Amino acid sequence: MGRTLAEKVWDDHVVRRAEGEPDLLFIDLHLLHEVTSPQAFDGLRQNGRQVRRLDLTIATEDHNTPTIDIDKPIADPVSRVQLETLRKNCADFGVRLHPLGDVEQGVVHVVGPQLGLTQPGTTVVCGDSHTSTHGAFGALAFGIGTSQVEHVLATQTLPLARPRTMAITVEGELPDDVTAKDLILAVIARIGTGGGQGYILEYRGSAIEKLSMEARMTICNMSIEAGARAGMIAPDQITFDYLQGRDHAPEGADWDAAVAYWRTLRTDDDAVFDAEVFIDATELAPFVTWGTNPGQGAPLSTNVPDPASYDDASERHAAEKALEYMGLTAGQALRDIQVDTVFVGSCTNGRIEDLRSVAAIMEGRKVADGVRMLVVPGSVRVALQAVAEGLDKVFTGAGAEWRHAGCSMCLGMNPDQLAPGERSASTSNRNFEGRQGKGGRTHLVSPQVAAATAVLGHLASPADLSDTRTPVEA
Amino acid sequence: MDAFTTHTGRAVPLRRSNVDTDQIIPAHWLKKVTRDGFEDGLFEAWRKDPDFVLNRPEHQGASVLVAGPDFGTGSSREHAVWALQNFGFRAVISSRFADIFRGNSLKNGLLTVVLEQRVVDHLWELTEAHPTATVTVDLEARQVRAEGPDGATVTADFELDENARWRLLNGLDDIGLTLKNEADIVTYEASRPSFKPRTIAV
Repeated sequence: MGRTLAEKVWDDHVVRRAEGEPDLLFIDLHLLHEVTSPQAFDGLRQNGRQVRRLDLTIATEDHNTPTIDIDKPIADPVSRVQLETLRKNCADFGVRLHPLGDVEQGVVHVVGPQLGLTQPGTTVVCGDSHTSTHGAFGALAFGIGTSQVEHVLATQTLPLARPRTMAITVEGELPDDVTAKDLILAVIARIGTGGGQGYILEYRGSAIEKLSMEARMTICNMSIEAGARAGMIAPDQITFDYLQGRDHAPEGADWDAAVAYWRTLRTDDDAVFDAEVFIDATELAPFVTWGTNPGQGAPLSTNVPDPASYDDASERHAAEKALEYMGLTAGQALRDIQVDTVFVGSCTNGRIEDLRSVAAIMEGRKVADGVRMLVVPGSVRVALQAVAEGLDKVFTGAGAEWRHAGCSMCLGMNPDQLAPGERSASTSNRNFEGRQGKGGRTHLVSPQVAAATAVLGHLASPADLSDTRTPVEA
Repeated sequence: MDAFTTHTGRAVPLRRSNVDTDQIIPAHWLKKVTRDGFEDGLFEAWRKDPDFVLNRPEHQGASVLVAGPDFGTGSSREHAVWALQNFGFRAVISSRFADIFRGNSLKNGLLTVVLEQRVVDHLWELTEAHPTATVTVDLEARQVRAEGPDGATVTADFELDENARWRLLNGLDDIGLTLKNEADIVTYEASRPSFKPRTIAV
């Protein structure tokens, strides 16, 4: 019987397989950041262990870093100590680090791919659940806890039980204004926040094959929000074209050998998935969340659901709690929801294509009165590219704040936070209670919906914007 | 890691589903660089409500958390496990755990027990009616037993893969176990193709 993509990559990394034990899997790339690594380095020191493969390890600073005044000392002493701890650990153990201020600094899941380190058929781990992003390249990539970070540092392996496989097949053409973000939000609403639990998802079908690498990263990024261990997309010419010429992409004979291998990384025709989900791309629409987990979403054109409409008692209770926290009323039109803040950025939607699509909508328009818009590039490289294209001027000209690279308001670890009761339209990945600041209320949206919402001050799609552009004087 | 064999303690019924790790320990606590001192951050937002179940006097000192489905979703932060342990929890019972949280818990000796929602419902009813009822989580027998003062009982077997159970019962260090396979790792490393990426030249 044939094998799925996930099974092929898994099998190629088994260091040891024994009856009654989890497989011991080799890790090709280990990404580190300041938040989930300090205790792991402490563990190495306590046990007199070294980093086994410095050449497969790289660190950056992203979660806790400020996005303004980065040339000044970090005001919060606890944040400062955490960054200093990463710098000391990397110096002591010899780990390559891109700190705040470095040209390769940025959100760890933006940095890996843009350096060409994320490659098809590799295993990628990081102490961050959105490591699933890298699956867009046909890599097996998943988030790990700090104990596992220490394990990988010390051994470059992880003992793991092989997850089951689920195909998410998306056929047809995505309608105008429907993006990868809308697609993945619709998938999560369909299968639920626990629907992918114990599975590696493989996104496939004609709609997926047409997507750019950045759009594929948006989709794989949110696999974890469906509870999945990882999400993957088979590598193809779009993948190879994205990689070729990047700093760490193979060259010469190595490139040819790599591409020959990468072309084998497809699910065999006779392979069987443990579960399958089919989505008709033509039926999708701009999608937003109304609740406090990423599965609580609906098309923008619909209304806030009535908790009484849920048959399942636990879902009904969760919907009631969510509406209470979010300050929403059942039956209210989603388009009528007013926001205070729009956040564009994160490992989900902080790449150059995202910024371009936001700028294309903001050009000649203004952020609505009373709305604060933050545009936070995913990395310094993304920021430089945006500046080269003049996108930063479009954002600031529209009244948005153009910030320095980092995770920022996605998780509100740095000063970029919502105040209690404030409401955001956010291109990030989690609408959990308090995620963006204590008492803050988050609606997850695509970059295009974020831009239209910023202009109109309520949840909106670009189609709602017909006459808001300032006429150009002749 | 401390070994886990069996634990008996009072329980806290947490009637909420999809308790994500941002609720268990909010992000601003993640700036700490230690594994301890997270107890005050546990469920920080909810604990501001005096009626929150963890604040009720009858549940003080409890060490078993009985939660709704999909406990521990979201972020991979192991701080969520440390916060539960720092607060005094030794075991968490739910009908479904998020994968990363479960992995983290078992690596730290916090036993996460999967029971059917029907059984979780019974445990909620029992511990709400009788907050002093004790719950025993017995890893050797793979069984949860609860008994109220009126003689009402809940008994349920649970599953845990044998390898994870063996490591917990013996409090084994995973890294030490893996390093026993050093020869296998070296053999694998020698077979890796030259086109694989490297972060630094060696």
